[in-house]
Amino acid sequence: MISLANLARPFARERMERQAPAFLLAAAIMIYAVTALSLGLTRFLTPEAAISILNRSIALGMTAAGQTFAILVASIDLSVAHLISASAVLASVIMNGEPSMIIPAILASMTLGVVVGTLNGLLITKLEVNPLIATLGMSLVIQGCLASFYTSFSGRVPSEFQFFAYGEVSGLPFSLLVLIALVLLAWLLLRFTRFGSNIYSVGGNRDTARAAGIKTARVVVAAHIICSLCAALAGLYLASRLKSGSPWIGSEGAYDLESIAVVVIGGTVLSGGRGGIWGTTAGVVIFSLIDSIFNLAGIDAFAKQVMRGIIIVAAVAFYAVRSKRMVA
Amino acid sequence: MSGPAPAIEMRGISKSFTGVKALRDVGFDCAPGEVHALAGENGAGKSTLMKVLSGVYRPDAGTIAINGIEHHFKHPMDALQAGISIIYQEFSLLPERTVAQNIFLGREPTRYGIVDQKVMDIEARRVIALFGPSHHIKPDTVVSDLDVASQQLVEIAKAVSLNAKVIVMDEPTAALNDAECEVLFDLVETLKKSGVAVIYITHRMREITRLADRVTVLKDGAVAVSFDAVPAPDVIVHAMVGRDIGDYYAPAALQEEIGLTMLAVRGAGNDRLNDISFDLRAGEIAGFAGLQGAGRVALAMALFGASPFTRGEVSLAGRPALFRNPREAIRAGIGLLPGDRKAEALVLMQSVSDNGMLTARSLSPVTGSDRKTPFVSDQEMNRLLEQVDVRAADYAHEIKNLSGGNQQKAIVARWLALNPKLLIFIEPTRGIDVNAKAGIYHLMRDLARKGTAIMMVSSDLPEVLGTADRIFVMRSGELAGEFPRGVSEAQVMLAATGEITTKPEAA
Repeated sequence: MISLANLARPFARERMERQAPAFLLAAAIMIYAVTALSLGLTRFLTPEAAISILNRSIALGMTAAGQTFAILVASIDLSVAHLISASAVLASVIMNGEPSMIIPAILASMTLGVVVGTLNGLLITKLEVNPLIATLGMSLVIQGCLASFYTSFSGRVPSEFQFFAYGEVSGLPFSLLVLIALVLLAWLLLRFTRFGSNIYSVGGNRDTARAAGIKTARVVVAAHIICSLCAALAGLYLASRLKSGSPWIGSEGAYDLESIAVVVIGGTVLSGGRGGIWGTTAGVVIFSLIDSIFNLAGIDAFAKQVMRGIIIVAAVAFYAVRSKRMVA
Repeated sequence: MSGPAPAIEMRGISKSFTGVKALRDVGFDCAPGEVHALAGENGAGKSTLMKVLSGVYRPDAGTIAINGIEHHFKHPMDALQAGISIIYQEFSLLPERTVAQNIFLGREPTRYGIVDQKVMDIEARRVIALFGPSHHIKPDTVVSDLDVASQQLVEIAKAVSLNAKVIVMDEPTAALNDAECEVLFDLVETLKKSGVAVIYITHRMREITRLADRVTVLKDGAVAVSFDAVPAPDVIVHAMVGRDIGDYYAPAALQEEIGLTMLAVRGAGNDRLNDISFDLRAGEIAGFAGLQGAGRVALAMALFGASPFTRGEVSLAGRPALFRNPREAIRAGIGLLPGDRKAEALVLMQSVSDNGMLTARSLSPVTGSDRKTPFVSDQEMNRLLEQVDVRAADYAHEIKNLSGGNQQKAIVARWLALNPKLLIFIEPTRGIDVNAKAGIYHLMRDLARKGTAIMMVSSDLPEVLGTADRIFVMRSGELAGEFPRGVSEAQVMLAATGEITTKPEAA
């Protein structure tokens, strides 16, 4: 009798690959610490400094959490940036300084997220439009609608709602707590529920998932709804932070491409089925750290952008070499 | 038939696609604890029949009964729920998920909405344990970390866990080496003992002889013959092909056809290969046998410059031939026909003639005409395609519509345009049906007669023994033996496994 155990190939390499985001994160933290120390800026190594670094990436973190779902089902969402703007403007206009309108405004933004996500999902699953094109089209539609009604800051956020961006709970920023809760929720969903299993299955191989009786279209639509809801939430946060809705806040922050970039840096493959929320979280923190490192070192914004570009490509190349599979 | 009532009984199944009769009045049954082999050439209707059985297609006529109860499947899920599982050639596993997650794909047990990992773990362990103590697969192993045989075990475990009463295996050994095949055969025996009806689709006579209780041969969409006991292999082949297999393999090279030394390898090696020395003469076909991973493909890739030798000497027609990349090797007169045609050899969306021109164009100046290269013009290419008997309605049509055999011949034409000194065939007839295989063997012989040296790497041992003038056996990256034509399968297997002292029927 031949033992299968002897035939199993060693998989130390694969394990390394799965932990790669953690290594990248550790490297980024080290570079940050070394930079701060060498410049004698030890005040940037305190817990407060850490919180401030994290606090800079709340909106990106929220968007990327959602984008992770879209990419895990082998889709992608380019409409998040303009959806963020639309959500911010919508909420701000509805509130218009009235504390009593906070709840309706939040509900309206969330509804917008559900509608956009559903449309994206249906375009991709029912009309079989390539996700890049479907969400790019959706993005243009949202931008057009928004631009025809609003051209500058619109509405006003009541001070009560500004708690979202500026409030603190036992010393921690409220918005950071919301992001942490969102990440934990996403983790629970992906790791422990059947829906999470279905996400990985559909992303891994749609035909296999369908043959196993999974309603794949529903899973894809649900992933897009989650993605759009997260973007709508990011819009609410940005409205709270700017105290008003700006119709260009999403595209200015380049949340579409940046959210995809951090998901990919976090080890989630664009072909779907592999990766997860912790990688994305690492990716977001890595991005914030890069910003902070450049700020500490006093390097100008254009060089920073070049470095970001190099780091994204290097990270993806790193995974590609590691896994010798189609990564991106 | 005698014995227990059939677990599955298909009667009078007919199915047409846009006027073409794919199945005509086919009857097929399989009893619990029985292995019923389904044989037939590609296109004979085996897959269509199984797709009817699994609910993918609905038959135009005929009935399907499970344990005597008639079923009408509207959807593959219906068949699955009725206890029919199909294990396809290409596994339907998710490589990035664990063994347990794959076994429970789409039906994960939950408690309060949370996936119950413990239950999945226990059930996965239970099902895997059914296949004996030697299969140590942990439920939390990621499938891509398993070898192919273990993956297949997971696939079968999934079917067993679904309480499948009928398991269809569609050419399950296609991706397995000999050791892994043995594992699979054990699994099939286990399934049989536990009362599962196994429908086993295969081309390979050895597997039918070894496993099957009954054999049914399909030809042109109808049952050609059904044997209640397994007859001699040539009887089955005769039924499949509709002719004798006397001229199946091409004749050996005559003494005067073998020319001077074309390729000489001395003490060559790299990280996969060690101390390789052999000669190949013009006009001969050298077969390379060995287990999966023995280094046969690595040797081909080293000669072709794809993963070069790092030491030793190689000469081709008297000139040094240690190539660093395929382009150098091709320029010097080496051609290679890869094992995975679709992935490595063809541009599926381009025409037959474009595929033929591919290498000639790549070696020509980029500014030249694409219809006329220094090696061949497109008219000459079309003549070459005709010469090697590529059958297509029009060579300007996409090559993806051609059969495997015709695609392979088109790749031969691609190399012929360059007048190669050495042609390396890797798994030359993989996925090609029986009749077309004979065509490939005869084509290889014709090329050899014209003075080309041919190196053939194949996992199909009868094919190596039937075609090659000399047989080299590889083991662990080294040449383990060289045999003349006429060597027995057993001798080759002993050299390949290194078990010279064990009993000969181990092959």
